[in-house]
Amino acid sequence: MNAQTTFRVERWTAASRIAIGVVVVLAVIAAVAPFWLGPGAMDRLTILFVYIILAVMWNALAGYAGLVSVGQQLFLGLGAYFTIKLADWGVNPFVAMAGAALIVGIIAVPLSFPMLRLRGGEFAIGMWVVSEMAHLLVNLDPLVKGETGTSLISLNAFDAPLRRNLIYWLALVALLVLLAALFALLRSRVGAAIQAIRDNEEAAASVGVRVTSTKRLIFVFTAFGVAMAGALWLATALTFQPKAYFSVQWTAYMIFMVLVGGIGTFEGAILGAVIFFAIETWFGATGVWYLVGLGATALIFALVLPRGIWGAIERRTGLRLLPVGYRLEFKLPGVKP
Amino acid sequence: MINTIVQGVLLGGYYALIAAGLSFMFSVMRIINLAHGSLAVLAAYLLLVLAQNYHLSPFVGLIIVLPLMAVIGFLLQRFVLDRAMQAGQLVPILATFGLSIVIDNGLFETFGANTRSLSNFIGTLSYDSIALPGDIYVGELAVGTFVLAVAVLGGLQLFLSFTPYGRAIRATAEDPDTAGLVGINPRMATAIASAIALFTVGLAGAALGMRGTFDAYAGASQLLFAFEAAVIGGAGSVWGTLIGGIVLALAQTFGAKVSPLGFLLAGHGVFLVVLFVRIWLVGGVRGFFRRPV
Amino acid sequence: MSALAVNSLNLHHGLLHAVRDLSLNVAEGEIVALVGANGAGKTTLLRAIAGAHRPTSGTITYGGADITHRAAHRRVNMGIALVPEGRRLFTQMTVEENLLLGRMSGRPGTWTVDKVLETFPNLTARRTARAATLSGGEQQATAIGRALMSNPSLLLLDELSLGLSPIAVDRLYESLRALMQSGTTILLVEQDLGRAMQVATRVICMLEGHVVLEAPTANLAREQVTDAYFGLAQHRVPA
Repeated sequence: MNAQTTFRVERWTAASRIAIGVVVVLAVIAAVAPFWLGPGAMDRLTILFVYIILAVMWNALAGYAGLVSVGQQLFLGLGAYFTIKLADWGVNPFVAMAGAALIVGIIAVPLSFPMLRLRGGEFAIGMWVVSEMAHLLVNLDPLVKGETGTSLISLNAFDAPLRRNLIYWLALVALLVLLAALFALLRSRVGAAIQAIRDNEEAAASVGVRVTSTKRLIFVFTAFGVAMAGALWLATALTFQPKAYFSVQWTAYMIFMVLVGGIGTFEGAILGAVIFFAIETWFGATGVWYLVGLGATALIFALVLPRGIWGAIERRTGLRLLPVGYRLEFKLPGVKP
Repeated sequence: MINTIVQGVLLGGYYALIAAGLSFMFSVMRIINLAHGSLAVLAAYLLLVLAQNYHLSPFVGLIIVLPLMAVIGFLLQRFVLDRAMQAGQLVPILATFGLSIVIDNGLFETFGANTRSLSNFIGTLSYDSIALPGDIYVGELAVGTFVLAVAVLGGLQLFLSFTPYGRAIRATAEDPDTAGLVGINPRMATAIASAIALFTVGLAGAALGMRGTFDAYAGASQLLFAFEAAVIGGAGSVWGTLIGGIVLALAQTFGAKVSPLGFLLAGHGVFLVVLFVRIWLVGGVRGFFRRPV
Repeated sequence: MSALAVNSLNLHHGLLHAVRDLSLNVAEGEIVALVGANGAGKTTLLRAIAGAHRPTSGTITYGGADITHRAAHRRVNMGIALVPEGRRLFTQMTVEENLLLGRMSGRPGTWTVDKVLETFPNLTARRTARAATLSGGEQQATAIGRALMSNPSLLLLDELSLGLSPIAVDRLYESLRALMQSGTTILLVEQDLGRAMQVATRVICMLEGHVVLEAPTANLAREQVTDAYFGLAQHRVPA
């Protein structure tokens, strides 16, 4: 390189500008949707938002922090449980949802200290055991009435259409806030730290990246996000049967979404959630073979296309819709860019 | 009290049996097979089919099912796990989890929701007991399972320590690249290790079916128990797995005396306590599965 | 007829082109020394011959058979044994277990654990010691012994003297003297030029992935080798 070569550090590309524009437009459309969508469609959209949150959160933990957890249903269940508790104490149900997510986030901090010392499969199953433990403890609460469960009764105070709209908007807002927060995180120094840890943890530590703190941040953040999703699910389903929330099936869904969409990429998780939503809409009613299909698809993707659909697209085209990385653009004198 | 302890110890034998394959596979391949429990349940169902449809006692059925499990293990390693291991550390967890979902739900679709048992097919063995001094009765089956567990664990240890192929498997576990340079086929070594692991899983499935009931989704809890037993004992050590199984079982048995939920609560609780204490004592990140002795 | 023939071999480490279009022959019974600076590609070449590194292009033939894509453990079966750089012993296993592992290929021959211990007498006392507790010289002896247990017809030795004291190296070469006179084909990588020229009948010098000098030791002056080593002269001396 001679002294006349200059280069620029770019964060945005044409594609990413378009993509962000599209996201904004979609968000606006989604926000006004309640005014022209029927109740069934709104319920489904709310569920889609919940799935996207779950996928993005699981992806953040596995793809960015490198931690595969087979026990994220822990936070889902606790999010729903604390919502019930708070509502029972007279808190407005919507405030209770946010509050529950916050409580779970706080619980996740001390939990992270022992759990982050585990690696690989031990962490995965360790989280599952903690989830089972939480399930058992929640069952002990008389409010929950064991496996019969209870409901978010105070929501009934709102009449149905208003309730549906409020839940929808809350879900949309939660989704956008979580996505925005994660996006900001990835663009910040933490994002660079995440990338370094992914590439080579030891090397990252040796240049001063605070590995455990970074992982802890992601662990707590995803706990918060999944808890929020649990609270939202409770709001749409109204009933709280511990068994349905603390089920490892949720992890199966999250793994499917992220593996098929693309692990470690923002866009991939969203894509995976949309695909899962579509499949569930069409095939969910066919019973248990649907689950076999999910598991088999996850297995096949893990073996054949571990980077998921988005990963494959990204690899082929270099397409990055969300500007979370850095690009180096060279300007050589006399050469057209 | 003594009776509770004795029953707990014997239950521990079952846990050691099912944990043996899991910790063997981890020692050799660094994979925690999340489909481990589901595979044991699969073996139990296979024995059930042979017993119900072909009137073969489960003991006779084992003659067919055990080699079949070994073959499944071999193929699993060759076609699924080898590839998964190459793709990175996270992939084997995801792949084996996906596999467990496939097996669990496939079993549900095939056999339905009813709980089953092999105890109808083993005659009086399911409830025969031996009288011990002090007015304690121990089930013949429970004792048999315990003895089997010790035999399996001991056999695995002897195999690894003293046979040429056992050495080859240990070498491949430590350094597959150099193992190839020395004349060992690393892919064959890991495939045989998996075959052996699944052979023991078949035995565990038989024990599971004979001693109690199982259903299509029982794999998950069996996996957790196996994992907990292995971790409590510090897997990689043969006798550790046995002790781990016994500790877990004792916690569960005493917990059950306190409350019906106490069984699981105490078991998971003891596991978490042992885990956290060990982390705190050792400091720093460390796996609880040690290298093969 | 040459036992080992390497033809236009190209080897890469990711994007790094470690061995460039390299050809060499080793005749049966020859002892050939491969010398060159670090990064010249010697270890990569040896590993490719042993089957641990897949070539990008080119061929490797042994005893007339094309082994370019044959798996490493099958090459051991054919008689090719590598003593890897850095020994690469199985540290959790004892000396004896490491040696016994060498027999896995099942090749018939005269090497036994006892014979190895005779060849390297300093190992006898350490027979049941775990490999991780051995000194550098003992580890190297064990690694060589492990390779010998497979009764090789082509022995590849990578940097025997690496990390060893001069006395330990002396002792090793002393022990190997009988082996080197036994007719086994040997290709060794050796940093110590003097020693390489002492034991080898032919010297090949590599630089940045190429062969820059190849000649019988008898016709070679040390200065010619050092020149080639540092890239000061690039030519082949006719045999």
